[in-house]
Amino acid sequence: MAVKVSLKVNGKSVSAEVEERTLLVTVIRENLRLTGTHVGCDTAQCGACTVSMNGKAVKSCSILAMQAEGAEVMTIEGVAKPDGTLHPMQAAFKEHHGLQCGFCTPGMVMNAIDFAKSHPNPSEQEVREALEGNLCRCTGYHNIVKAIGAGARAMAASK
Amino acid sequence: MNAPLIGARIERKEDYRFLTGAGQYTDDVELPRQSYAAFVRSPHAHAKIRKISLDKARQAPGFIAAYTGEDFAAAKLGGLPCGWLITDVNGQPMKEPPHPCLAQGKVRYVGDQVAIVVAETSEQARDAAERVNVDYEVLPAVVDGSKARAKGAPQLHDIAPDNTCYVWALGDKAVTDAAFAKAAHVTKLDFINNRLIPNALEPRVANGSYSRADDSYTLYVASQNPHVERLLMTAFVMGLPEHKVRVVAGDVGGGFGSKIYLYAEDVAVTWASKQVNRPVKWTSDRSEAFLSDAHGRDHHTVAELALDKDGKFLAMRVKTTANVGAYLSTFASCVPTILYATLLAGQYKTPVIHCEVTAVFTNTTPVDAYRGAGRPEATYVVERLVETAAREMKIDPAEIRRRNFITAFPYQTPVALMYDIGDYNATMDAAQKLADVSGFSKRKEQSIKNGKLRGLGYAAYIEACGIAPSAVAGSLGARAGLFEAGEVRVHPTGSVTVFTGSHSHGQGHETTFAQVVADRLGMPIENVDIVHGDTSKILFGMGTYGSRSIAVGGTAIVKALDKVIAKGKKIAAHLMEAAEADVEYDRGVYTVKGTDKKKMFGEVAFAAYVPHNYPHDKLEPGLNENAFYDPSNFTFPAGTYVCEVEVDPETGVVRIEKFTAVDDFGKIINPMIVEGQVHGGLTQGIGQALTEGCRYDDATGQLLTGSFMDYCIPRATDVPSYQVDTRETPCTHNPLGVKGCGEAGAIGAPAALMNAITDALGVTDMPMPATPQTVWRTLQNKKAA
Repeated sequence: MAVKVSLKVNGKSVSAEVEERTLLVTVIRENLRLTGTHVGCDTAQCGACTVSMNGKAVKSCSILAMQAEGAEVMTIEGVAKPDGTLHPMQAAFKEHHGLQCGFCTPGMVMNAIDFAKSHPNPSEQEVREALEGNLCRCTGYHNIVKAIGAGARAMAASK
Repeated sequence: MNAPLIGARIERKEDYRFLTGAGQYTDDVELPRQSYAAFVRSPHAHAKIRKISLDKARQAPGFIAAYTGEDFAAAKLGGLPCGWLITDVNGQPMKEPPHPCLAQGKVRYVGDQVAIVVAETSEQARDAAERVNVDYEVLPAVVDGSKARAKGAPQLHDIAPDNTCYVWALGDKAVTDAAFAKAAHVTKLDFINNRLIPNALEPRVANGSYSRADDSYTLYVASQNPHVERLLMTAFVMGLPEHKVRVVAGDVGGGFGSKIYLYAEDVAVTWASKQVNRPVKWTSDRSEAFLSDAHGRDHHTVAELALDKDGKFLAMRVKTTANVGAYLSTFASCVPTILYATLLAGQYKTPVIHCEVTAVFTNTTPVDAYRGAGRPEATYVVERLVETAAREMKIDPAEIRRRNFITAFPYQTPVALMYDIGDYNATMDAAQKLADVSGFSKRKEQSIKNGKLRGLGYAAYIEACGIAPSAVAGSLGARAGLFEAGEVRVHPTGSVTVFTGSHSHGQGHETTFAQVVADRLGMPIENVDIVHGDTSKILFGMGTYGSRSIAVGGTAIVKALDKVIAKGKKIAAHLMEAAEADVEYDRGVYTVKGTDKKKMFGEVAFAAYVPHNYPHDKLEPGLNENAFYDPSNFTFPAGTYVCEVEVDPETGVVRIEKFTAVDDFGKIINPMIVEGQVHGGLTQGIGQALTEGCRYDDATGQLLTGSFMDYCIPRATDVPSYQVDTRETPCTHNPLGVKGCGEAGAIGAPAALMNAITDALGVTDMPMPATPQTVWRTLQNKKAA
């Protein structure tokens, strides 16, 4: 049976007719056509679908669309400034070559921004542990770890 | 003139779109009137299909159509072809059993495609596929390559008795055996190179559409080589002319080999799109990817190294059984042969080598090239043997390597390859220094004090990249050429679009290639865009694999660039009223020798498109050139890796304390991108040695490692930060002096890591992956013995 969900995505009120079983990631990708959020697995392991929901990084493949009723969601498309200027975390990923194929990148960035809020100057080990729920097959994490440390410090400095 | 761009750490041009969610991966492509496909796959490893009933599926909500192997046979669709013919030891062609897109009467592995179901939404397609009723007669299965030829083993294909695809050999057996007879020492190892599942983070996607208006097809597909995909699909499977098929591989989320091949799903959605007269999209989920993406490695090898009393290598003898899975995937046959045995000389002057490879069919997912493809397996053989021999003969493992390094080039190996250049002592020196090998014994003492074990291991790898001189590949059985194509299109106001047959799926070609072009043309990199991945735009292409892109694809672009610059010289000579022979060119500026006359490249381009003052009697207007480049040799990247581990004997947990990689990739265009490639390769190599291992249940043939919860690709906490550096001996036979860097890490890392772990444990060998349980058991067995 179709149900209607209403939520705010990247600051814009949206609603969609969905099935009860429909996942938040499906609404984001298929209903809203925000295709920056990716699906890399079916067991909530890879984190490519990570978005911000009510200020917290969540895996949108593990949340039913109905659970997001009334929520404020931010996807990777909402992270840069309206004029296109990259967020400090995005800029850090670019500067430190923290991405290759780009598929895991949106999830990495969404998780990293959330992590940086509580870790303004993280150690390498803290960053590695924070990536527990995000898989990357290209970079070997080396440059992602560097990027997140630098991005977190840049976020703290720009406050 | 702008600063030189070759060798510069330039941030990637492609990053902005990936960082803002603007990438366009294949699943992001939605076409008007899109429909969706799901595949019915075999739940059994080996079974006869008695009957397929589609009745219930047809009643499912949103159902559009369903097709089975019978429909494909009636439509005369061919099977999936293998691109490389191996000739066996008796001069007979390998056994090539039919590889139908949808099963014909029998299924041969869990995940084998049985039917395609098309519906209005992807959920409805899956729901309808669930309602397809297949009546199977289950047969016994064999999944272990070393059991495939056993008496009484289940037989997969009628045309391949004893499940044998081929027995192939390279080298002189008699001479090798004679050398062994004279050896002062023989080191022998018996090991398994574990089967891996590639797991690019973007699952495969194929979206086929057919246009009645012009009787043509477009296939959007996550592929590393769209032209090869088109060639195989049109010429070998569907019998279509190529000009009626466009293949588009836009942004692709990693490949590592797994997206080279023509897969059944690609054919099925393309064909079905004509039947239903709507676009048909299939998006693999991760569980399907585990079952249906081509796997990698899976060798069982017995290897021996003969040495004289001083540790000089006299001969190597290798016998390998390669499990190719249920069918031959696109390049499956050349991986354990041509790409493997030819690398067994490694960096050493081993005078004679004999290698025999038996390829067998089993009830498992087809195996094909995965990052390194044959070369990691060869490096593992050579470097585990060398390190073990050093320990047995009580020679320092670096010293034994140095005693045997090839030092004079070009060098003809006994296994067909001709190394053009290298400096193996240089990379060894640098690696030892960077890894602080001299401080190891102190660090080991400290570990022992802490109740831990510590070990150090080397791997001095070599690889053959830049595949390949087409004539050589052809003589070895390749059914395709292996050149590359490039086109440089200069626009009237001097900016440039470059079209390349190479494909970027993480490698950063849009930046690296643009650096090469902008450097030669003396323009800012922003003025150059690289286009790839669309058969309707690119003249041709053999694609990206085998670390070939810069060496072959990059050279094709340089050749086209040379033509552009040469034509520009003629135009410049006309404009400056000088003889062509007196015009010189340097990075964007044409000058006349001995004068102060000059013309900028942009002015010349403008003149070519606004040819008012132009040598019309000698030249056509316009400035657009293309080139095909067929390399004259392979390139030979090589390097030394040093791995240092600490092992907790109580838990068996291995911690990588230091991983040092010093590579020689020839000239480097963008060091930042090259380092990233090394980091990624190392991590996949470490994954093979430490965490990843595909397992099938022996009795049922079920895949036991079918998700990220059972098959552990490395996470951030599993790997260290790396110490990487390079040394440079420029490749002698391409204009950029480049060799390629994409696979090195995955080739060298497993041997270095296993050499370190066996050193720490004080054992000769242990299986990969060295999970805590395996390490702990190995230690207990050692105690018991």
